[in-house]
Amino acid sequence: MKLGFYPGCSLKGGSPEYRISTFNVAEKFGVELVEIPDWNCCGATAAHNMDKELSLSLPGRILALAEAAGLNEIVVPCAACYSRLTVTNHELAEDTQLRENISTIIGMKYEGNVKILNIIQFLDKYVLPHVEEKVVKKFNHDVACYYGCLLVRPHNILKFDREENPQTMDNVITKIGGNPIDWAFKTECCGAGLSVSRTDLVGKLSGKLMIDALDRGAEAIIVACPMCHSNLDMRRSAINKYMNRESEIPVIYITQAVGLAIGLSEKEVGFQYHMVKVKLKEKPITENLVVKKVVQTEPTEEK
Amino acid sequence: MSKIGVFVCHCGENISATVDCEKVAETISKLPGVALSMDYKYMCSDPGQTIIKEAIKEHNLDGVVVAACSPRMHEPTFRKACAEGGLNQYLCEMANIREHCSWVHPRENSTTEKAIDIVRTMVEKVKRNAPLESIKVPVTKKAMVIGGGVAGIQAALDIANAGHKVVMIERDPSIGGHMSQLSETFPTLDCSQCILTPRMVEVAQHPNITLISYAEVESLEGFIGNFKVKVRKKSKSLDEKLCTGCGLCTTKCPNKKIPNEFERGLGFRPAIYVPFPQAVPNKPVIDKKNCTYYTKGKCRICEKVCPTGAIRFDQPDEIVDIEVGAIVLCTGFDVKKPDFFPEYGYGKYKDVIDGLQFERLASASGPTQGVIRRPSDGEIPKKVVFIACAGSRDPAKGIEYCSKICCMYTAKHAMLYKHKVHEGTPYVFYMDIRAGGKMYEEFVRRAIVEDETQYIRGRVSTVYEKNGKLIVKGVDTLMNGRLVEIEADLVVLATAGVANDGAEDLAQKLHVSYDSYKFFAEAHPKLKPVETNTAGIFLAGACQAPKDIPESVAAASGAAVKVCGLFANNELTREPLIAIVNREAPPLYSNCVGCFMCQTVCPYQAIEREEVKDRSGKVIKTLAYINPGLCQGCGTCVALCRSKSIDLLGYTNDQVYTEVMALLND
Repeated sequence: MKLGFYPGCSLKGGSPEYRISTFNVAEKFGVELVEIPDWNCCGATAAHNMDKELSLSLPGRILALAEAAGLNEIVVPCAACYSRLTVTNHELAEDTQLRENISTIIGMKYEGNVKILNIIQFLDKYVLPHVEEKVVKKFNHDVACYYGCLLVRPHNILKFDREENPQTMDNVITKIGGNPIDWAFKTECCGAGLSVSRTDLVGKLSGKLMIDALDRGAEAIIVACPMCHSNLDMRRSAINKYMNRESEIPVIYITQAVGLAIGLSEKEVGFQYHMVKVKLKEKPITENLVVKKVVQTEPTEEK
Repeated sequence: MSKIGVFVCHCGENISATVDCEKVAETISKLPGVALSMDYKYMCSDPGQTIIKEAIKEHNLDGVVVAACSPRMHEPTFRKACAEGGLNQYLCEMANIREHCSWVHPRENSTTEKAIDIVRTMVEKVKRNAPLESIKVPVTKKAMVIGGGVAGIQAALDIANAGHKVVMIERDPSIGGHMSQLSETFPTLDCSQCILTPRMVEVAQHPNITLISYAEVESLEGFIGNFKVKVRKKSKSLDEKLCTGCGLCTTKCPNKKIPNEFERGLGFRPAIYVPFPQAVPNKPVIDKKNCTYYTKGKCRICEKVCPTGAIRFDQPDEIVDIEVGAIVLCTGFDVKKPDFFPEYGYGKYKDVIDGLQFERLASASGPTQGVIRRPSDGEIPKKVVFIACAGSRDPAKGIEYCSKICCMYTAKHAMLYKHKVHEGTPYVFYMDIRAGGKMYEEFVRRAIVEDETQYIRGRVSTVYEKNGKLIVKGVDTLMNGRLVEIEADLVVLATAGVANDGAEDLAQKLHVSYDSYKFFAEAHPKLKPVETNTAGIFLAGACQAPKDIPESVAAASGAAVKVCGLFANNELTREPLIAIVNREAPPLYSNCVGCFMCQTVCPYQAIEREEVKDRSGKVIKTLAYINPGLCQGCGTCVALCRSKSIDLLGYTNDQVYTEVMALLND
């Protein structure tokens, strides 16, 4: 099975552990990830704040390249890249005139044949069905699954999971023997791009969610977005300052958690790149922890 | 040769502005069979009608075409005029040159040409019209009211007081509906039970009303004035004649931990139960799903303690046939289960409740005797957050419409809470306050000003529990979108009002139409608000759309008047536009080959099998027969008939074919 892969700037830059763990997990499940040739920036926050055509042209080119390379399904691990690509795909599909305009701008045809998966959709589709048979070491930890703002939004375009109370990561964690805690900040803001300009605000926003995770006994925070990861991991001193306490809770990508459970080494999932060192205590496996199942509720489009 | 009179109407300028009416009249006058063709400014006016009447007599017309508006409004007018002029009314037809022509085209020659074409087709049709006689059917002067909430009670009492018999069918063990669950009612704050229970008793004691509780409609046959309803009387496991309603069985039943539906799960009831103390009828039923005897085969304690020996474990459901002339649907509404809003934590946190649950908490007869206590630990909440529009006006997650009653009951809840817990603070998150109604806006102002309810204009994003408090996170859009966090002790969701459970099923059984939300549809939103599209079936209350008590009662009285109006006649006149299967002389008898495709498609079950027998009684042929009393003239059978042996009177194959040919042979 061959899928396209769009790393975006983060996975090539600040989040090598996300890339490494994603590739290694994919390999274990028989999925080959092929990087889209000659890819460019998705436009991220800057483009759609300034120019609509630019904000659609940048992702449009990426999609056209993937299509030209015969990659009809691509994995986009970064939540911001995913959002831009998905919204573009949706808008181009809805409006033929717009699609022609964008084709002219980028000088390439795009027929709309690329399906985009974020990391949790990828896990849901290619990993979850076989994960239980591959688990060699149960990921026996109480963790807070943190989805952030973009992963399951906007619902009317994604039609995936529930935007206010998503369940997919919780499901994955349960399947690999972990215990996703019930907490209140699953989709709250981490501070995002204010990381550079207003580090204090990132400290406050990320701090609020970290307080709740710590108070409810989380041993780690599980993320699926490099922005969330960098804020929660790299801005820990600002967070600790806001919380007025020292915290050593690690922030782990969902792919790293799955990797550990299926027997990858700490190095193979990239723990060496973390700012806050990942120290997870070994726990005796108790029955009720393993048996506990998260009930997947129907998505909200069912009325 | 026919003698057709054609009358072209200008409709003021509605038609004449784009159609040259004089030219139409002149061109048509040259058609064979047209004895008279003229135009006039307002054909529907009194002088216009007089012209038609005079013309029929003067020219001895045998057909009339009025080229004017759509037949919907004025066909009855002109047919009546023709009848008064001595012509069978079904020899009069309308050619629609307004909606189909003048209104939708510019003034040019082709518009006039089109008008001429339209009139010509009708002239050709009228030549083939046959005089028809209206069908008379008798009326059963007995009404059925389905649903015993406040609307049903009002409708039943109004009809019964007018001297007609009424059968009331109620699905639950007691009548009373949602109103009996309410504590106080807006905008007067009078006790709901105090104004409702006397009406409930009146229903039970009224000599003209037969109350059948714990029963549902099984099927419906027949038509206006002559319905046959099959009703399933669910087994109560009780001989109602023997039961005195002493209640000993309910106190002795060992299985007392069943969530009480009437208390919305906030209290418990035994397996043999009366839903609430003021229930009508005040006799218990056994809940078979939870009764120890029915589930495990042992117990029968109620049977042992019953002083009159009224318990009947082996009682079966009973199906009864009831003949009625009219039906009033008052099956009410339900509240949308708030679990589609997982972020509000309903079902996860005990202290997140819906509006009806709050009504029970505030009710003197409720599980807390009217003291506001939160369900989790029985503490009196210091801060209560009411979330309006929990599901309403929310196309993304809930429903698109406004549930209409929530703004008012939320204001009432805040008020009731403040009246009972003086030191407490009620908060209301709202989108808009919709308080249109007599004394409604004043009532909301009272909640805000006198009872110091904190109204916050904005939505709530999430509710979560922390250290025993419910943290409500929302936004105040009147304060520049400032984020608001309230540590509440109790959260009340004003959940959307939705169609009742089983509404779709019932609508299909009764052949009444319903909308995409499964609310029953009225025949016309403005002019026929209590009628359905099925003649003889009327609507009242919240089964049509969310309605408050005054509106439901008003609609119920309206529906009752419609029923009484129907019952004022000894027989009904129906249009004779029905389908018939042709009959011929032996040995053919009919073109019908007896395939009965028509029977399978007929939506009104109007098609029967008729056996043609010879003198010895041997069946020679089986033919379709269409019951003229049941046929509604929809024409589906005509389209399906392979041997072309069915015709719709007034729209025969011959007539329609002629119309088409008139256009093609131009």
